[in-house]
Amino acid sequence: MELYELTLRELQQVLHKGEASATDITKSVLGRIHEVEEKIKAFITLDEEGAINQAQQCDARGAYSGLDGIPYGLKDLICSQGMKTTCASRMLENFVPFYDATVAARLKAAGGILLGKLNLDEFAMGSSTEQSAFFPTRNPWDLTRVPGGSSGGSAAAVAARELPFALGTDTGGSTRQPASYCGVIGFKPTYGRVSRYGVVAYASSLDQVGVFSREVGDCAQVLNIIAGKDPLDSTCVELEKPDFTSFLKDDVKDLKIAYPREYFQKGIDSGVKDTVKQALLKYEELGAIVEEVSLPHSEYALPTYYLVAPAEASANLARFDGVRYGFRDFQAENVVGMFSSTRAEGFGDEVKMRIMLGTYALSSGYYDAYYLKALKVRRLIKEDFDNVFAKFDLIVAPTTPTTAFKLGEQVGDPLTLYMNDILTVPVNMAGLPGMSIPCGFLEGMPVGLQLIGRAFDEGTLLRAAYAFEQHSDYHQAKPDLGGELI
Amino acid sequence: MNFETVIGLEIHVELKTRSKIFCSCSNEFGAEPNTNVCPICSGFPGMLPVLNQQVVEYAIKAGLALNCEIADYCKFDRKNYFYPDLPKAYQISQFDLPICKKGYLDIEVDGVKKRIGITRAHLEEDAGKLVHQGTISSTPFSLVDLNRSGVPLLEIVSEPDLRSSKEARAYMEKLRSLLLFAGVSDCKMEEGSLRCDANVSVRPYGQKTLGTRTEIKNLNSFRAVEKAIDFEVQRHIEAIEDGEELIQETRTWEEDQQITRSMRSKEEAHDYRYFPDPDLPPLRISREWVNDLRLSMPEMPEQARERIMDQFGLSAYDAGLLTLSPDLLAFFDECTHYYHDGKIIANWMMGEMSKLLNQKNLDIGQCRIRPAHMAEMLNLIDQGRISGKMAKEVFQVMFDTGSSPEAIIKERGMEQISDEATLEKIILEVIANNPGAVEDYRNGKKKATGFLVGQVMQATRGQANPALVNQILARKLNS
Amino acid sequence: MTISIKEVEHVAVLARLQLKENEKEKYARHMGSVLQYVDKLNQLDTEGVEPLDHILPVFNVFREDQVKPASNREEILANAPLVEAGQYKVPKII
Ligand SMILES: [Mg+2]
Ligand SMILES: [Zn+2]
Repeated sequence: MELYELTLRELQQVLHKGEASATDITKSVLGRIHEVEEKIKAFITLDEEGAINQAQQCDARGAYSGLDGIPYGLKDLICSQGMKTTCASRMLENFVPFYDATVAARLKAAGGILLGKLNLDEFAMGSSTEQSAFFPTRNPWDLTRVPGGSSGGSAAAVAARELPFALGTDTGGSTRQPASYCGVIGFKPTYGRVSRYGVVAYASSLDQVGVFSREVGDCAQVLNIIAGKDPLDSTCVELEKPDFTSFLKDDVKDLKIAYPREYFQKGIDSGVKDTVKQALLKYEELGAIVEEVSLPHSEYALPTYYLVAPAEASANLARFDGVRYGFRDFQAENVVGMFSSTRAEGFGDEVKMRIMLGTYALSSGYYDAYYLKALKVRRLIKEDFDNVFAKFDLIVAPTTPTTAFKLGEQVGDPLTLYMNDILTVPVNMAGLPGMSIPCGFLEGMPVGLQLIGRAFDEGTLLRAAYAFEQHSDYHQAKPDLGGELI
Repeated sequence: MNFETVIGLEIHVELKTRSKIFCSCSNEFGAEPNTNVCPICSGFPGMLPVLNQQVVEYAIKAGLALNCEIADYCKFDRKNYFYPDLPKAYQISQFDLPICKKGYLDIEVDGVKKRIGITRAHLEEDAGKLVHQGTISSTPFSLVDLNRSGVPLLEIVSEPDLRSSKEARAYMEKLRSLLLFAGVSDCKMEEGSLRCDANVSVRPYGQKTLGTRTEIKNLNSFRAVEKAIDFEVQRHIEAIEDGEELIQETRTWEEDQQITRSMRSKEEAHDYRYFPDPDLPPLRISREWVNDLRLSMPEMPEQARERIMDQFGLSAYDAGLLTLSPDLLAFFDECTHYYHDGKIIANWMMGEMSKLLNQKNLDIGQCRIRPAHMAEMLNLIDQGRISGKMAKEVFQVMFDTGSSPEAIIKERGMEQISDEATLEKIILEVIANNPGAVEDYRNGKKKATGFLVGQVMQATRGQANPALVNQILARKLNS
Repeated sequence: MTISIKEVEHVAVLARLQLKENEKEKYARHMGSVLQYVDKLNQLDTEGVEPLDHILPVFNVFREDQVKPASNREEILANAPLVEAGQYKVPKII
């Protein structure tokens, strides 16, 4: 086996045993990237020289602990000191922050080796990574298909063995949905578990940093590093932070698992439903109690999301005005013109559409009918989950209605594309932890199993995911990077 | 037609914290452009606000000083608008749930007392500063300095209870003194730490509905507030009398021309699209917290006024003046530690000292005279070592140099001559040299005494103790 | 739910997005279809439901009033499109 094929845990073993150095690992991973990146197109920025330097310094330090010598990548809206952070937008094409996001700083401090920045839908607005201003990323299982989004670059890189783990973000499913499409693990922590400082905001009340890995245990290790109170983020709260690896137990006996009937209704591919039901049977087999429940407001989550997220985004993206950083249209004669043309040229279509929608939903005369209404429905959605979690430990459902779709297939009608998030968005609305793990294949494409837990109970998710992993081998399947490049 | 003026004031006060409201940059005034900034107050991508606790405590104290209800629960909202000095293109402010509301303060104008309602006081962050070459309409480009961006502000909105520019000024002065006493702001209008926008309208007496209102911005002195309101009221009345239509608009005060001018050529619709800021958890303000802050409040001007009237028998007017600022009151209080008669202290402070300060355009904080020195001088007068007239000269030197009056009179040989033997000698000389006046005196012309005393004072270059001179002179003339 | 070209123009002004003539129709159509979709929320009676404006049951998150060193001015201005005299330079306001 080549070093690049190893998981985070396996790489740690190799390092501890002295079978390879950080430099060996980094070079192997860079070699893999050279080999496949032309097909996958996961990286916006690849810092080979910096990576080799970090690896050599790591080797010079000697004893390996934590993430020492482990390569990783960041979704390109997580700020990294001295490295371009573009948000896959023309607006920030040349933006180099002089600060690290808290998660970036913590991974750095843990000894990880940052290889580069990964593609996404512009400002995380999209579900296919086709909205990147630079290029689309492709699904390693079928290069004619999308990797999902918005963290498509992160998911594809981990699936294609270009990286053992990567960070993404999840506002409406942007970690779980691409993980599902690419057959890897995608973890979205509870809102407030991981700092958002230095993560370029899309929708501040929904955004949360997520983790991609190929094993559940790797995900727990990364969570151990990035989670926990941050004085720079008022919403990253002080709570006893557990050792997330302590939940890695092959034991779901008596775990009460609910599956919401609304997540298995029409519009969900029957193959996906069947695959997920097989997984539920597996849990029953392993001793869990599995029952059907209802989350009656599920169908309102997506419309709620398409008011709340654009509204917040319209304010979050207002700062891109050409004054302090980023793109500026120098032709404009006055400030108002400069703002308007800078933003018209710097942002792509989907971003502009959402800014327009959000501005409209907040504008005078519409606030109550749209934004305020959405906040009220948001409470109803959250209360649905509270009711279920009063009796159950875990909710299990499909992550996405279908497997990955073809590039170009869903460009055009925004609503079709938005439907991809229908099963993931409610989790963000309620601020809960969610996870997608591989649970099977349909016509060669991965299917994801979504696990949803109580707020700040990531442990139960990890435990259930770990148990499933012990009794399946979907996570070990490797994409052959086949399919025609388009 | 007779018109009634209706005025409401919106006052922005900078809270005197060490650091800004949502980041750790210094809140000091006057630094080089863009040197008190960080990615947070410059609105960089990914940056988040974290609230300064001291800001909240100052806001609560201000609310208590203004007799406000302090909210149990409040939150922050985003106020969205684009401007080059507003880095995030939204201002973090408070919309529907301000930290303080329903307060009041009392003013007195021409002996008439009046209570002015305070609608609300809310927290917000300041924007940066735009520097133009020339005026805003003629400048080819502008420069943005973000030092002020993120400075904590309390915006205090009055009810439209004010009826004249004088009342508006009295309201501002009172508000300023309350905030100074509460210790929450420097209230320096010249540095912009107290800024006023005035909403002005007029209506015929008896009319219930308000007339068309204009908002005057950029009022940075008490005088400007008065002048701008007077100008605007006159403009409104003339427009109504000429049958012209007034438009609701924002106007700016042009200090050099002493006029108000419309700020926008075409009226732009404002739609701030307020919504709760998801980055900032709401505040729950416990009654214990409010009480603790209430107990930590220093003596407020009203209490101080009562106290000094009581203790020193001052008039309400004098006591009112002395309690305009905590610095004035502290000066007075310290003087009273060394000198018994508060009335005399007050007279000197309001008279001589105030005159000298005004001449130099200084405030009491910049005055070089120490309270102990002032008291020492008053004691010297009582002891007859200097005359009242000499005291004024000494006081001027104290003001210029900060020296003690003892030192001054020693150094300059200004001590009053109260030695009887010395005075007697001089008086006998004067009597000998002015037989005519002595004759007049003995013929019953008592006025002649004045002339003789004047001669003695002249001979002593004013240093003779006048009371003693009178005594000895009378004795000698009658003997 | 349809949205007029005039409304699109108004929203674009608020959002400071310069739209080309041929884009306005597209925005009107797309926004219209999303707004029609979200109209679904009106099926729900939300009378008496408190809006959920903060998902976390967290209050009073503060920092101490302490000054930390400011950013280096060169660093903070390094990404700016146009700078003069240590300040961001922007075209005329009016
Ligand atoms: Mg304000
Ligand atoms: Zn700052």
